[in-house]
Amino acid sequence: MEFDFAEEQPKFLMLMYGLIAFVAVVGGLLLLLDVVPAWFARRREARLVAVSASGAPLPRRPKQREGFFALFFLLPTLLLLTVGLVVPAIRTTLLSFMNGNSTSWVGLRNYGWIFSEGTIVRVLINSLVWVLLVPLVATAFGLIYAVLVDKARFEAVAKSLIFLPMAISFVGASIIWKFVYAYRGDEQEQIGLLNQIVVSLGGEPKQWLLESPLNTLLLIVIMIWIQAGFAMVVLSAAIKAIPADIVEAARLDGVSPWQMFWQITMPSIRPALIVVVVTLSIGTLKVFDIVRTSTNGNYDTSVIANEMYNQAFRYGENGQGSALAVLLFVLVIPIVIYQIRNLRQQRKG
Amino acid sequence: MTTATPTIAAGTQQTDGPRTVAGRVRKRLNSRTATLVSIVIALVWTVPTFGLFISSFRPEDQIKTTGWWTFFTNPQFTLENYQEVLFGRSSSSGQLASYFINSLAITIPSVLFPLAFAALAAYALAWINFRGRDWLYIAIFALQIVPLQMALVPLLKFFSTGVTVASVQVLPAWDLVDEQKFAQVWFAHTCFALPFAVFLLHNFISQLPGDLMEAARVDGASHPKIFRTIVLPLITPALAAFGIFQFLWVWNDLLVALIFAGGGNETAPLTVRLAEMAGTRGNEWQRLTAGAFVSIVVPLVVFLSLQRYFVRGLLAGSVKG
Repeated sequence: MEFDFAEEQPKFLMLMYGLIAFVAVVGGLLLLLDVVPAWFARRREARLVAVSASGAPLPRRPKQREGFFALFFLLPTLLLLTVGLVVPAIRTTLLSFMNGNSTSWVGLRNYGWIFSEGTIVRVLINSLVWVLLVPLVATAFGLIYAVLVDKARFEAVAKSLIFLPMAISFVGASIIWKFVYAYRGDEQEQIGLLNQIVVSLGGEPKQWLLESPLNTLLLIVIMIWIQAGFAMVVLSAAIKAIPADIVEAARLDGVSPWQMFWQITMPSIRPALIVVVVTLSIGTLKVFDIVRTSTNGNYDTSVIANEMYNQAFRYGENGQGSALAVLLFVLVIPIVIYQIRNLRQQRKG
Repeated sequence: MTTATPTIAAGTQQTDGPRTVAGRVRKRLNSRTATLVSIVIALVWTVPTFGLFISSFRPEDQIKTTGWWTFFTNPQFTLENYQEVLFGRSSSSGQLASYFINSLAITIPSVLFPLAFAALAAYALAWINFRGRDWLYIAIFALQIVPLQMALVPLLKFFSTGVTVASVQVLPAWDLVDEQKFAQVWFAHTCFALPFAVFLLHNFISQLPGDLMEAARVDGASHPKIFRTIVLPLITPALAAFGIFQFLWVWNDLLVALIFAGGGNETAPLTVRLAEMAGTRGNEWQRLTAGAFVSIVVPLVVFLSLQRYFVRGLLAGSVKG
């Protein structure tokens, strides 16, 4: 039972190198941009003096300087985006048309595999269930809660409670909920909250995470639990932004809270509602940590991102893994297009 | 005007309270159900975390045989779980102290790099005039929709074998070992964060008053000078917002770390270790509960102390988008 601090030293050294690199790159860049133009300016001045002494017409001030600054301000970002995102994304697309170890072209075989292999079709169906349920249920809970606690006495505290899971990692949240779903034989005392409730209601304890398709739904609960806070915060801000005179006018007309919700609140927060659903849909499509931590994709719970990881990084099937990554990208596109069309309509209206 | 006055007066009377008894009862019932529903939601959202928290302080035999709610009738308190999971030497104990340091070493540079690079880029895209500026911004903005899964396989290859064009080695492999692999993780996180970071900071920087920039330019200030002395101080809230965002994202990330950091205690962060423990030692609740809390504590503190900025960033990032 001892912890050797000396063993950890190389890590701190590495961290220090990283920080030194940071200061050097950012500081160096700013310094460079300060010093070099100043030097050029001095030279030009000297030349101007010389030129004006000889009586020749003055040369024009060069205009490329703005471009020079822009280039260096943007250089790190453009470089990293190219090396780390653009080129790899193109390569992944190419790899998806090649075989497992990327030595020969196989055409559309990897895509055919996605839609014909039974286990992968199951993965697609699971992902669909995730994308349908998480945004809708999380938004519904977020909205209900935002409306209910709006202007309530402990609003700030009440909101923090729902919002807190957003700070917890998906891994941590999965452990929290695995503990809720924990199972022990029916003659023993239960340690999981869910089974305890079932037992005290006279039921039999179950191994929740082993039973398909219920287990997928229980994993979805974890995601909803994390994301409802996001929906709640955005929608709560939208509700507070509804002009007070509209609300007041409705109240003067004797509108009931129910009517107020459907006829004033809902139409006013529609843009925020769409943003929340779209953001959650994209996030849910890429869900990985929860499935990996809770069941590792076993018992028919796998989703696209999890299968992509397995194919590419566990089985060495780069072609199939890449095809799944491309599929993820393709599935995001219609959601984004929907969002863009909505934004356009708002600007027009 | 004269005709409108009586209707308003009638309306005000109505809001003073429902006139009928039935209406008053219904209203009270409404607010009762509202309170009840919100309390139920609040409970469902807090009880699981609370249960885990209580459990992390209970002795091993207690956790494994009785529910955490029995703690209230039979309270037994110990810190041994934390001691064991953080500092225990056996391979099954967790050794989380070591992974905790890894998480820190991964997170700090992974927040600083994209923050600085994105601020520079966002300034250029907002306030420096050059040809193709709008197109460049749209391109970076659009990159937000590329899932990071699209980059994983080639990026890993880039680190491990370098770049070869037509069998000529253009860039060498990084060949990193042990703690040097942090650099890979920093690099990956920085790349993946940039599109959103540029977008978020551009939202703030482009809204700074143009007169201010104009005045500074007339006074002969160069772009780096304006950036340092005028823009940076003004966008501190935005920097804080993105900083928290990125901090939570990196600290809580599993996928990127799993691929680029390797699995050992030289580089892997807490999330990787916890996911592994949940898989192989799924019933060792005394370790999992304490371990989960070790990983939750830091983001929770950051989050609670800087919640204001986080919410502001969230709203700016999602609603304007």
